[in-house]
Amino acid sequence: MTGVAVETRHLTRRFGSIVAVRDLNLTITRGEVFGLLGPNGSGKTTTIRMLCGLLAPSEGTAIVAGVDVREAPDRIKELIGYMSQRFGLYEDLTVGENMDFYAGIYGLEGPGKRGRIANVVSFLGLDRRLNQLAGTLSGGWKQRLGLACAMMHQPQVLFLDEPTAGVDPAARRSFWKTIHMLADQGTTIIVTTHYMDEAERCIRVALLSQGHLIALGHPSEVAGQVGQGARTLEDAFIVLQERDEQESPTS
Amino acid sequence: MRRFGPMFRKEFIQMRRDRLTLGIMVGIPVLQLLLFGFAIQTDVRHIPTVVLDESRTPTSRDAIAAFENTGNFRIIAHVNGRADLDHWIARGDAQAGIVIPHDFPRDLARGTTAQIQVIVDASDPLSSQAALAAAAGVAQVRNLAILSSAAHRLELPLETRVRPRYNPGLRSANYIVPGLVGVILTITMVLVTAMAIVRERERGTLEQLIVTPITKTELMLGKIAPYVGVGLVQMTTVLLLGRFVFDVPLTGNVPLLYGIALVFVVASLALGLFVSTLVRTQQQAMQVSFFFVLPNILLSGFMFPRQAMPALFQWIGALLPLTHFLKVLRGILLKGVGLTELWKEMLILLLFATVLIGLSVRRFQKTLD
Repeated sequence: MTGVAVETRHLTRRFGSIVAVRDLNLTITRGEVFGLLGPNGSGKTTTIRMLCGLLAPSEGTAIVAGVDVREAPDRIKELIGYMSQRFGLYEDLTVGENMDFYAGIYGLEGPGKRGRIANVVSFLGLDRRLNQLAGTLSGGWKQRLGLACAMMHQPQVLFLDEPTAGVDPAARRSFWKTIHMLADQGTTIIVTTHYMDEAERCIRVALLSQGHLIALGHPSEVAGQVGQGARTLEDAFIVLQERDEQESPTS
Repeated sequence: MRRFGPMFRKEFIQMRRDRLTLGIMVGIPVLQLLLFGFAIQTDVRHIPTVVLDESRTPTSRDAIAAFENTGNFRIIAHVNGRADLDHWIARGDAQAGIVIPHDFPRDLARGTTAQIQVIVDASDPLSSQAALAAAAGVAQVRNLAILSSAAHRLELPLETRVRPRYNPGLRSANYIVPGLVGVILTITMVLVTAMAIVRERERGTLEQLIVTPITKTELMLGKIAPYVGVGLVQMTTVLLLGRFVFDVPLTGNVPLLYGIALVFVVASLALGLFVSTLVRTQQQAMQVSFFFVLPNILLSGFMFPRQAMPALFQWIGALLPLTHFLKVLRGILLKGVGLTELWKEMLILLLFATVLIGLSVRRFQKTLD
């Protein structure tokens, strides 16, 4: 396998006359923690949906884990994991039952399934929560359970949609530690967010505005691009976005 | 289909854990059965009746007694004038009025036609029909007696003997309870599945599920399978209560009934799946389900005979799975017939199940929007 986990070429998606994503070119390497940033309506979600095989591109291509999203959208789902911002698991099932369900859905069976669940449980420290109903977990534990289910099948690429929204700072920090451990093991992590503290933990970030790419690079590089006074990523983000909207006020 | 197993297990655990819904699914059949079985009686008796007897003779009192003896009329008052009688009926205190004119005994004695007027409050069709039939019966019996004695015949020239087969006592419970099995299955199966899918959408769990490799078919079949069991439990509850509380016979081949019921349950569940593909929220699912349920109750032949409906509505009725399942239920439970007589209904139900599953799998978008 090459070092490229995700590659998009001229990726474009239209909804009627609205262009949600325009001519997006990205190359994300294996084991990278990559941030997709942008305000609401900038095209983050549409991009993620195309990369997950949920939405067909109008133009261009995207190769995810070596598979073309146009050709085999269903095959992609076996190779990626996805964790939504909203808790997407069953609150009326226990932690263990949720994990067992997702392991089964990802095709694990018998001793292989039990072994994998045991690994994930100890990796994420879920041991003492197994018999607790998911609905009674705190935000931080819900997020860990979400990650557990999304990584059950050892996906090559893991998509996290605003993963630490509504989670306390300590849990946030330990979650990001886990994320970087996964990346070190070779999993590619793609995070969408508009929280700057999440963005600053990424190896590279892409800034989207009105459906197209306006900046790309290490968080400090992106902040540096703006120059005069914009010392933080958040400053750079606002300056770049305003500049883009002045240049092409389409929305 | 290897992901069917996990889906089924998950759905089963959730169903078992949702005590309220489970209670409703078992409670509805019991409640409905008791309501329909005890409260709903279609044979109307003891209609409150007022009498205006203008002749006040033994002959007229005799005639009034004949009305009362049918058991359909209960004389609650004697009135003194037409206006008074109309008033009783208008108030709703009486539903029928019997008027015996002044000339009644004289006409009877003379051999000309003597008249009795019966006024019926037809704003309630069921009781007015019963009153009309009973009134006609009274006249017929009296006529026969008078005519045969005048003709010096001891035996009647003609007699029809009606034998009500399959339900000799003409008990409405025998008719209602088997039908109720079908109605309850339709209501709960359609509603429960429609809600089950929409709930996943509303709670955001569908969003997580659609990024996994599970196929539409695995997802939908895994979701409806546990409810097949619920449906069969409901049916058993109604049949047993019907048997032991209302004395409804279980004459026919009960295993065959369960076999065909299985097909019907699957068809109803598939209809629920189809509903779930039309709506976005649980509230809408509930509304659309009720929209489907009403024609099922009115047009299937559960309460009103299909033969009496205009052709268009008979056609609409034929498009409802319940219509065909009712024939199976009454056929097996009351008539004791088997597959030889019911294979057509069985095939139609199979067709419904296949088409409905196909349609809803096609409509179900695995994508979010």
